[in-house]
Amino acid sequence: MTRMRQNRITSRFEALKTEGRAGLITYVMAGDPDVETAFEILKGLPAAGADLIELGFPFSDPMAEGPPIQRAALRALKAGMTLRGTLDLVRRFRVNDQTTPIILMGYTNPVLTYGFGPFAADAAAAGVDGLIIVDSPPEEAAELSDALDVAGISLIRLTAPTTDDKRLETVVKRTSGFVYYVSVAGVTGVKEADAATVAPAVARVRKASNLPVAVGFGIKTPERAAAVARVADAVVVGSALVEEIASAAATDSLAAPKVLASVSALAQAVRMARLDVSVT
Amino acid sequence: MNAQSPNDYSAYPDANGRFGDYGGRYVAETLMPLVLDLGQAYEDAKNDPAFHAEMSGYMTHYVGRPSPLYFAERLTQHFGGAKIYFKRDELNHTGAHKINNCIGQILLARRMGKTRIIAETGAGQHGVATATVCARFGFPCIVYMGATDVERQKPNVFRMNLLGAEVRPVTSGTGTLKDAMNEAMRDWVTNVDDTYYIIGTAAGPHPYPAMVRDFQSVMGIEARAQILEREGRLPDAVVACIGGGSNAIGLFHPFLADESVRLIGVEAAGHGLSTGQHAASLTGGRPGVLHGNKTYLLQDDDGQIIDAHSISAGLDYPGIGPEHSWLHDVGRAQYVSATDQEALDAFQLCSQLEGIIPALEPAHALARVGDVAKELGKDGIVLMNLCGRGDKDIFTVAEALGSRL
Repeated sequence: MTRMRQNRITSRFEALKTEGRAGLITYVMAGDPDVETAFEILKGLPAAGADLIELGFPFSDPMAEGPPIQRAALRALKAGMTLRGTLDLVRRFRVNDQTTPIILMGYTNPVLTYGFGPFAADAAAAGVDGLIIVDSPPEEAAELSDALDVAGISLIRLTAPTTDDKRLETVVKRTSGFVYYVSVAGVTGVKEADAATVAPAVARVRKASNLPVAVGFGIKTPERAAAVARVADAVVVGSALVEEIASAAATDSLAAPKVLASVSALAQAVRMARLDVSVT
Repeated sequence: MNAQSPNDYSAYPDANGRFGDYGGRYVAETLMPLVLDLGQAYEDAKNDPAFHAEMSGYMTHYVGRPSPLYFAERLTQHFGGAKIYFKRDELNHTGAHKINNCIGQILLARRMGKTRIIAETGAGQHGVATATVCARFGFPCIVYMGATDVERQKPNVFRMNLLGAEVRPVTSGTGTLKDAMNEAMRDWVTNVDDTYYIIGTAAGPHPYPAMVRDFQSVMGIEARAQILEREGRLPDAVVACIGGGSNAIGLFHPFLADESVRLIGVEAAGHGLSTGQHAASLTGGRPGVLHGNKTYLLQDDDGQIIDAHSISAGLDYPGIGPEHSWLHDVGRAQYVSATDQEALDAFQLCSQLEGIIPALEPAHALARVGDVAKELGKDGIVLMNLCGRGDKDIFTVAEALGSRL
């Protein structure tokens, strides 16, 4: 079991490498705008073209998020979502999908409250493959890393434009699966990444970690996703999708088909990105 | 006469910013290099006599230090117990202890070559103190303040504007002090090159809890020397109110090794601990991680932070500085609470008996000082931090008492 789980992220990146393209990682918030709609979206993501799934679990004080994901967290909390509820969603998703990697993303306090050991065991049993904890730098993560190692869940680290080469060594220690490069200094969903700075940064992180590098923060459109897909191993899109859920919820229209259509457009752009380069 | 019993209470935090299990640096990777830089810059400044000399000059001539130690004779008579002394930091420039920390941090920001200052504020006292030092040292200043607090504390918003600061109302989350702090962190992570974040309390990622404590310890150092001079001995108890806990840790810290001195922190019990509407993180919370540090927090079963409530906007925070969490667990300090009503009563009592209108924050401390004084009896001495003046609170108090201004 453990080995299968560990391998979901790795085998997905190996498959992408064979296909010669970057992957699309989509971020949505568990329970946003309500539990059943969130499940419907989650269930539809692989067919729409998401190669890996980041599933946010809500926290009342998400200090690295811009307004879209802040509001998503509040909607999810209002809908009664919890970390336990997030694991339930994953469990339901795994009934029909054994291959798409799921990475949970959020903040320390709900995981600490759950207990690192019990959380890691329950998350692994539910079918979680990786974990990103925004406010847990390596200096504070030893205990969490130990618990995740036992359960066979990858701790995926963030690196930033402010992470210099020396610090990069510390950051990529005890990480596995892939490394998430935060392409702008800022919160999610606000500033746009400067494509010119992304390529050398990705190369730097790849060299230090020997792992695939996913790039996120500030990637909103298929065009931007394609540009990043030319240089990174995966592209993360979150706030733009979350905004669509918000606007659908606000107008009482169906969020799932709308969001999944956007995911398809992004997936297509990411899949075509390197072909475009060879054509032009 | 016993010598001081040797202990290492004041040896914390460790190199990782830990007070026992509390503290640390729980921030996003983007901020981590900045937080580490700040730690180094503060260490360098701390070891530089020129930095201390400069700070001391501003403390004397700009802030008005040392603040007096005052014998509250009529309150002492009223309670009929121990002698009550006030450390009068409400007489500082800008009316509270907050300026002590702001002087230290603005000098550090200048030393680090930063050109833009941000801060969070609840009631507005730390915002006013930050705006004040930014005016004095010529820095642009942005203060994040919960939208509901902006509405409640209009005079302080106007003060900050007069001092040249921009006040940004925060509507995210629940629009309170914790959200103002989130928003300041978001600003910092977005403006990593030029911005210095002046945190107002002894909380946040390391080195803030230690640094803010050190800058505020001037109160305890002065008070300890002053009481020794006046009474020829140390007090039996030292009492201070606690929101984030900067005035309390500033007063307590120089007494940590004096084990005969009881340290008593007073949290805000709001409408009462049993109502769930309070701000007593130690009494009514449990350990967790928020705003870059591990500490006691008000939170639900899922680890979501619960909004605090207190009549005093300065105590209205769901967390507490990590050193207090540690002092609580090891038992060196004792933490009690006072309700809104008890604070209002103490506010009026102090005004009428001593001719001093205290801020609602130290009025919480005063609400417990009577009990402590009675318990100690006539031979005892209790020292309380009167850390702010009450001018800012007259509208809140008037409303609570049913008066219209």
